[in-house]
Amino acid sequence: MYAFVTGPLAWLSFTVFTVGIVARIIWYFRGLSWQLDRVAYKEHMAYGIKGAIRSIVFWLIPFGTHSWRFYPFFTICVFTFHIGLLFTPLFIFGHNVLLQERWGFSLWAMPEGMADFMTVAVIIAVLFIVLRRNALPEVRILTTPYDYLVLAIAVAPFVTGLLAHHQIGNYNFWLIAHILAGEIFLVAIPLTKLSHFIGFFLSRAQLGMDYGIKRGGMKSKGLAW
Amino acid sequence: MPEGKLCNKQTVDTEEQLQALLNDKSGKQYYEEMNHLDVDAKALWATIQKTLKSRLRTWLEICAHCGMCSDSCFFYMANKKDPTQVPSYKIQSTLGELVRRKGDVDNAFMQMVMDTAWSKCTCCNRCGMYCPFGIDMGIMFSYLRGLCFSQGFVPWELKIGSGMHRIYRAQMNVTTEDWVDTCEWMAEEYEDDWPGLTIPVDKQDADIIYTVNAREPKHYPEDLAEAAILFHLAGENWTVPSEGWEETSLAMFAGDWAACKMQVESVYDAMERLNPKRMVVTECGHAYRATVVEGPYWAGRKDGRTPIPSFHYVEWVAEALRTGKIKIDPAKKIKEPVTYQDSCNYIRNAGLKDVAREIMGYIAEDFREMKPNKEHNFCCGGGGGLNGIGRYREQRNIGLKVKRDQILATGANLVIAPCHNCWDAIRDLEEEFEIGIRWSFLKPLLIHMAIVPDHLKPEE
Repeated sequence: MYAFVTGPLAWLSFTVFTVGIVARIIWYFRGLSWQLDRVAYKEHMAYGIKGAIRSIVFWLIPFGTHSWRFYPFFTICVFTFHIGLLFTPLFIFGHNVLLQERWGFSLWAMPEGMADFMTVAVIIAVLFIVLRRNALPEVRILTTPYDYLVLAIAVAPFVTGLLAHHQIGNYNFWLIAHILAGEIFLVAIPLTKLSHFIGFFLSRAQLGMDYGIKRGGMKSKGLAW
Repeated sequence: MPEGKLCNKQTVDTEEQLQALLNDKSGKQYYEEMNHLDVDAKALWATIQKTLKSRLRTWLEICAHCGMCSDSCFFYMANKKDPTQVPSYKIQSTLGELVRRKGDVDNAFMQMVMDTAWSKCTCCNRCGMYCPFGIDMGIMFSYLRGLCFSQGFVPWELKIGSGMHRIYRAQMNVTTEDWVDTCEWMAEEYEDDWPGLTIPVDKQDADIIYTVNAREPKHYPEDLAEAAILFHLAGENWTVPSEGWEETSLAMFAGDWAACKMQVESVYDAMERLNPKRMVVTECGHAYRATVVEGPYWAGRKDGRTPIPSFHYVEWVAEALRTGKIKIDPAKKIKEPVTYQDSCNYIRNAGLKDVAREIMGYIAEDFREMKPNKEHNFCCGGGGGLNGIGRYREQRNIGLKVKRDQILATGANLVIAPCHNCWDAIRDLEEEFEIGIRWSFLKPLLIHMAIVPDHLKPEE
């Protein structure tokens, strides 16, 4: 079982992830149209790029935009969640041991305490996000079972990883569960709205180009996000 | 079911059709016929497949359902945070649903879509600034209006409005003759006070070509005179065109893209015919947005630019003050508390916030910013054609509360609103809530404050 999930299934899930993301990027760009979108992308590329960068960078900074500042508690949850989500799998000791064994190189491995902290932070952030979906009427009206599903897909590797690493319960079970959870997550990224993994950048870049070229970017310093 | 006489999928291209619609008081028959209007689901889906591409499709798909758009929307705020007013909910339950059902929807659904697209959104684009994914629901509602228009589900006044543009190339039935006559009349009326005042028509190679909102010659001709006086004071070499003089676009509010193209092309033709250095448009927000920002794309202009550089009135005013073409008498500056309405169409959506502040620096001693302000300011409450739609007057009046409260919070007595829609909304806000404010365009204020050089003064 272990050989299967860390062998062919791992290859499959990474392939679906990579091909899916690349396909999404290509499909997105091919579906942009200067005339339908009413943005002269190519004619004013410099202004467009400036707008795209501003649109992305301000939103990548915690409290970097009016909107992030308007919802401070939610902003903390979102950034904690995403920083943990992206950082932990890349720099956790266990994954880097595997990298070293299989591919002969590894990235920086974070101290175990830090990994635990980030994992727990992700889980707590998800808890608050779930509570928020139920507590706030403006979020409740938008929420569907699908939203809970993608949250579950995203948090499952963290819960299972925590259990496996600390050998709580049946180690082999939670280890396989963790690997499967990770693979499901990878596959879900291009196939579900978790595609915002790349969609955030594409959509923000597009809107940034829109503002940068058409809606004021050529007559001002740029929109104050 | 055959299409109605007044309410149907056809466009209004003749005076006969237009008059028939106008005669139907408040659109009573029109809306009654709308209850029996069929949806051409096939055509609807075909249009969506052709025109709803990456940008919109991605927006609809990746919405995280986070609700950060909610407090950005003045309708949500004015309606006591009614969850059904959350922008994402509004667009997902209309356009989102339309796409999910592949256009297979009925009359009741399309009427619901119409009501949402025109009474629950003014396309002010504020929500797009607050969404982490940059999902601009205002853009989507504008697109949705286009779908509705193609199926005949459009508010009565806007069906008329887009008909006006198709027939008169203006939002009102002002002919070329009417227009030129009004220009002559205004120049004559004010000539005594302003010797040498003219409104040149079709002058070749001028520095400025000036375009207006049709309601000015029709209902507020003194606005034309004021513009002329200010150009006269500033010593500008300017002209108006006899055709292509109107800059607005009720067609844009209606979602009639073909008419939008016709309308802006009439203005671009005037530019090419008269070869001026630049265009200045009157104090109207959506006119600038339609003709300068969006228009080039409707006209198929790949660089997204008008044939000549084009400016909103505030840009000309700021330049005139900055260069001293118009000098302000310090004794006549605005001394009372005054605030500024940041119109969505030339501030948020065209980057002119600092130009407005520059002007205020010259003319006001106690300028109070609204909260929020500049590109984050709220819609006046009446944009996107809403001011003029009788069917949605109640919803519009509720929406005005947000602007009312913003103005009250500044403590200002006067609101400067260089935009016809905002001006109307603030006028109506005062009528509805009686908070004791005055409101004004820039032109009359500037004329009052300007130092008149001796050679322009009338003889004693």
